[in-house]
Amino acid sequence: MKVTFSVNGTNRTVDVPADMPLLWILRDTLDLKGTKYGCGESLCGACTVHINGAATRACQVPASALNGRKVVTIEGLSADASHPLQRAWQELDVPQCGYCQAGQIMQAAELLANNPKPTDEDIDAAMYGNLCRCATYHRIREGIHRAAQIAANPRAASRTRDDDAAAQGAS
Amino acid sequence: MSTPMRPFDRRDFLRVSALAGGGMLLGTLVDFSRVDVLGAAEPAGEFEPNAFIRISSAGVITILAKNPEVGQGVRTMLPMLVAEELDVAWQQVTVEQAMSDETKYGRQVAGGSTSTPTNWEPLRRAGAAGRQMLIAAAAATWNVPAGECSTEAGVVHHRTSRRRATYGELAAKAATMPAPALNTVPLKDPKDFKIIGKSIPGVDNLKIVTGKPLFGIDVTVPGMRYAVFEKSPVFGAKVASANVDEVKGLPGVQQAFVVEGSSNLSGLVPGVAIVADSWWAARSARRRLRVTWEQHATAQQSSAGFQAKAKEFFAGAPQSVARRDGDVAAAYAGAAKVVAAEYEYPFLAHAPLEPQNCTARFADGKMEIWAPTQAPQGGRQLVAQTLGLKPEDISIHIVRGGGGFGRRLANDYMVEAAWIARQAGVPVKLVWTREDDMQHDFYRPSGYHKLKGAVDANGRITAWENHFATFGDGQRFAQAASISPNEFPISFIPNVLFGVSQMPLGVPTGFLRAPTSNAIAFVYQSFIDELALAAGRDPLQFRLDLLSQVGAVPASQGNPASPVDAARMRGVLELVAEKAGWGKRTLPKGQGMGIGMHFSHRGYFAEVVEVNVSPRGEVKIVKVWVAGDVGSQIINPSGAMAQVQGSVLDGIAEAMKQEITIEGGKAVQSNFDDFELLRITEVPPVEVHFRTTEFPPTGMGEPALPPVIPALTNAIFQATGKRIRSLPLARHDLSWG
Ligand code: FES
Ligand code: FES
Repeated sequence: MKVTFSVNGTNRTVDVPADMPLLWILRDTLDLKGTKYGCGESLCGACTVHINGAATRACQVPASALNGRKVVTIEGLSADASHPLQRAWQELDVPQCGYCQAGQIMQAAELLANNPKPTDEDIDAAMYGNLCRCATYHRIREGIHRAAQIAANPRAASRTRDDDAAAQGAS
Repeated sequence: MSTPMRPFDRRDFLRVSALAGGGMLLGTLVDFSRVDVLGAAEPAGEFEPNAFIRISSAGVITILAKNPEVGQGVRTMLPMLVAEELDVAWQQVTVEQAMSDETKYGRQVAGGSTSTPTNWEPLRRAGAAGRQMLIAAAAATWNVPAGECSTEAGVVHHRTSRRRATYGELAAKAATMPAPALNTVPLKDPKDFKIIGKSIPGVDNLKIVTGKPLFGIDVTVPGMRYAVFEKSPVFGAKVASANVDEVKGLPGVQQAFVVEGSSNLSGLVPGVAIVADSWWAARSARRRLRVTWEQHATAQQSSAGFQAKAKEFFAGAPQSVARRDGDVAAAYAGAAKVVAAEYEYPFLAHAPLEPQNCTARFADGKMEIWAPTQAPQGGRQLVAQTLGLKPEDISIHIVRGGGGFGRRLANDYMVEAAWIARQAGVPVKLVWTREDDMQHDFYRPSGYHKLKGAVDANGRITAWENHFATFGDGQRFAQAASISPNEFPISFIPNVLFGVSQMPLGVPTGFLRAPTSNAIAFVYQSFIDELALAAGRDPLQFRLDLLSQVGAVPASQGNPASPVDAARMRGVLELVAEKAGWGKRTLPKGQGMGIGMHFSHRGYFAEVVEVNVSPRGEVKIVKVWVAGDVGSQIINPSGAMAQVQGSVLDGIAEAMKQEITIEGGKAVQSNFDDFELLRITEVPPVEVHFRTTEFPPTGMGEPALPPVIPALTNAIFQATGKRIRSLPLARHDLSWG
């Protein structure tokens, strides 16, 4: 079937089977490889994208449900890696293997959009379904807090883990 | 330590370029094939002192990352070593993944936490050699003694004459300078390190946070099709029949065929391949595939059966004795207390988040492979043997893997992709489903231990006996199913008996992060606590006393029969106890602290876990303290911390909830609903301390994992009085009161 929907601000029309999940349309039809396959069953969150602003598991959304929707993927989160989460993730060296991180960032982006200063409890509630096999969870939490700071003060100088360690040692 | 490096040989470079298939892939594959790109248009005046460094006249400084990256950080850490001694600023460096080429780069494997110890010196020497040739080029140009020249951030200076030249400016001249002998080229004094010891973020982070193609599953080659491969759930069973003709007619399907394979579980196993226009088409067609599998000899095997067989072994004497020191029977007779207990642990899957996948193209007798593998060289051998190709006709691009944990040391996905690509006659990307990944792993084998030990009136362990029931054919152990008879604390105890009995296994097994250590640390460190309790001693003091005991074979660094250095172990034990405030607080019922320590992969780790167990039996880990000794230098503190925290959380997940159950010769679990990973809500603070010692630095990917499991189960005992002798904890009722 033919469906037309917006991907990262551009309208795209694809002719695919009605049951083909958005995940595979993005990856194989539109060649946007940032959205990842982890489980195919809504169990891991690696495929998280935004549909009309809501964090959604792309492996669960068939082509037939896409007409007229607005999809944003990790590739469309910012034009230049400037989204506070993208900045925080690099500053704090959040990724290990990195495979879950597109999904983590898209999930966290929805959280920050609705809640600019989330508490640990807010983060737990929002991020519960996003698995990280490498267990980078300490830094995911830290990264979300840092991103909230960056969003509040985008001009703040970027920091490194060594800066943070030095600051902690001094306090 | 042998160094595989030799002066750069232009023929090697051209050979690699030719192997890589020339410049055909330029448009689509820039990220994966920079070797091709550079080979196709090698600029004049480029300086390549060895396989790891390339400096262009334009000043582009490229460092080759030799080993596979699967999240353990070596694509960043190994180039740091080169950059430090080359004396460039990290911001000047472009890191490029090396192809698989043992002749050029030496051993390229991500396993055993070996990247650090085996490369620490050779890669620094490679960098130092490059720097020395650049200095020689500057000295010759300026006609001054080389000894008067210095370097800083990619520039050679002659301070007295105030002359300077960048490495790029010197590249053409440096290429004509004689290469110094690598084993004598001087290295920096560690106090002058500018890169080593700094937290350097991962070199692929920008691609990761912007979703650029990076992982194996992201590879695209021109004309590529997508493949799925269905194998028998009973491992290695042959295809009796399959409706491939019907499947061939399904939408998008190009080909469907039976792969005969063999029942050798470490080779290409039988199955049915479907090649289609898209992965979704292949996967959809697979839902209509009907395969009848032949009867298979191992179809009756089960976890329950293995456990019963172990019990049967334990009723008698072990099949063989691997170590016997002193006389355990005499020790029991003279003991104050004798303790006996049986321990067991389950099969485990690796479950890296990126399912197994591989891309392969076969043309003109040559196989080109893009693989997220931890062991490309093993993969080349497997593909060569199975397909009857010459190893030199196989080229392998090492692609970042979305997690490894030892899973990608096996190359089953590689040989499948290669076979399917050749038979299909088109390039294919094979992508497994999560269910394939979970049900066709090389599992951490389950294991069963019957232990007996004795303490004397002074609280010293006088006897230690282990009857280990495991898997093998009587001649050889199944992979990762043998445990060293020399594991701590055996060498510290005068009377020891280590017996082994083997049962046959039809389940593929392999190395899981900290292999064997992830199992034996749980068993031995728990049993040490049982003996401490019998002796009426504090678990920490009991361990410190144990470390000063002398066994039949004196313990020392590097002694294979007794590899543990007691002083280093004591060092981390004392450090973690201090940081955790061991013994400083009296905890009420339901709360407890436990301790565990382990030596593996040349690293010493001791860990303390504090738990809170509710009366209903819910476990909350309050905090974990870690002390590690991996030698003189933490190369990348950010990466090191990530590996330690990740290892600790990995161990917690294994202890709390992970298990693969075998029933009817198959793995029962299939996805993350029945094989659960840790969640963000379950993560305790993990406080990490390093103790630096004079030993050369060693690897971080594994040794922090093993101690956390017994530290946790020992803490649960302190909290509840319940001794955990089998894993995972999810099996146990921990309620109290
Ligand atoms: S792939 Fe969609 S949730 Fe796992
Ligand atoms: S970083 Fe590897 S799965 Fe999250």
